[in-house]
Amino acid sequence: MSASIPGTTLFDGAQARKGYALNRMCFSFNDAANREAFLRDEEGYCARYQLTPAQREAVKARNVLQMIEAGGNVYYLAKLAGIFGLDVQDLGAQQTGMTKDAFKARLVAAGR
Amino acid sequence: MAKIVGGIMSSHVPAIGRAIARNLQGDPYWKPWFDGFPPVRDWLAEVKPDVAVVVYNDHGLNFFLDKMPTFAVGAAPEYRNADEGWGIPVVPPFKGDLDLSWHLIESLVRDEFDITTCQEMLVDHAFTLPMALLWPGQGAWPVRTVPVCVNTVQFPLPTAGRCWKLGEAIGRAVESWDSDARVVVVGTGGLSHQLDGERAGHINKEFDLRFMDSLVREPQWATRYTVAELVEKAGTQGIELLMWLVTRAALTGRVSRLHSNYHIPISNTAAGLLLLDNQPIG
Repeated sequence: MSASIPGTTLFDGAQARKGYALNRMCFSFNDAANREAFLRDEEGYCARYQLTPAQREAVKARNVLQMIEAGGNVYYLAKLAGIFGLDVQDLGAQQTGMTKDAFKARLVAAGR
Repeated sequence: MAKIVGGIMSSHVPAIGRAIARNLQGDPYWKPWFDGFPPVRDWLAEVKPDVAVVVYNDHGLNFFLDKMPTFAVGAAPEYRNADEGWGIPVVPPFKGDLDLSWHLIESLVRDEFDITTCQEMLVDHAFTLPMALLWPGQGAWPVRTVPVCVNTVQFPLPTAGRCWKLGEAIGRAVESWDSDARVVVVGTGGLSHQLDGERAGHINKEFDLRFMDSLVREPQWATRYTVAELVEKAGTQGIELLMWLVTRAALTGRVSRLHSNYHIPISNTAAGLLLLDNQPIG
């Protein structure tokens, strides 16, 4: 089902199974103390949530497409991004390979 | 019996929370969005609803993937907002309406909706921001609330047709509630946007305008599409238009458009606002 829309991964059962550890870690970032704990010891924090090697690599690389490939759901990933002060336009720019300004300009153009 | 006075549909982009906190309502970027609200506030001041049934989708504040209900109804005396992880200010709590909550639950289950009931429930930006847009003023909320949460996080999502039927069942439930309360239904989310994947930034103005128009002229129009087709058209988060469908379906009287606004972009989103009046038939 997810293969039919270009550039789009539907967060279905297969993704939910694959991504559980990563999403569970990101869910913990609703709590400020956990965000601080992650910043203090990223390696230890990821180990505690038993991230898969692919998830750990994706987080280390701060690479959103890799995180999605590893089962990450964007609503949870946004909480991880928040730790680094990144908003959804930073995420959009990264995933589309554009600068943030170019990404924003494209959004404005969609309104014309 | 209680009366549904109308429906309000609005986008709930998190950045709106930051804009409110920083008083940016008059800023050139934000003005076209915030300027849409005074007519809705005037209408609210006139019809004075007692309760708002708020149909929204949680984004990982109250529900995690460990337990993901398709439809959940709040039955709490109070609903609190909390830290969502990326820094929008937490707003004061909302009063519940336990009588309506339990009446709604009884009625929906009798109507064969196997909902999850929540006697404790945190409400995220999808609930709080439309409330803050409709009733600005630092959380002196003049209405009691009943949250209705629809899963748009983990597929399979409920179909558009099922969401339509849920809305109809909510409408029947409210109108069979032995109360003189005036109820407004608020649906939040959309319109087209996509946060994830190489297609991030997807916006579909033509589809959005057709959809908004359909809610007045041909309200079940969107139910012809599968969820995957709706995602293809409106984006992975644009699927939040399901909340608009639930809200529209809850209006079972004579429905007319009183006001609408549509602006691209707010953050990554085509932002929409629609106010529908619901007058009793006959």
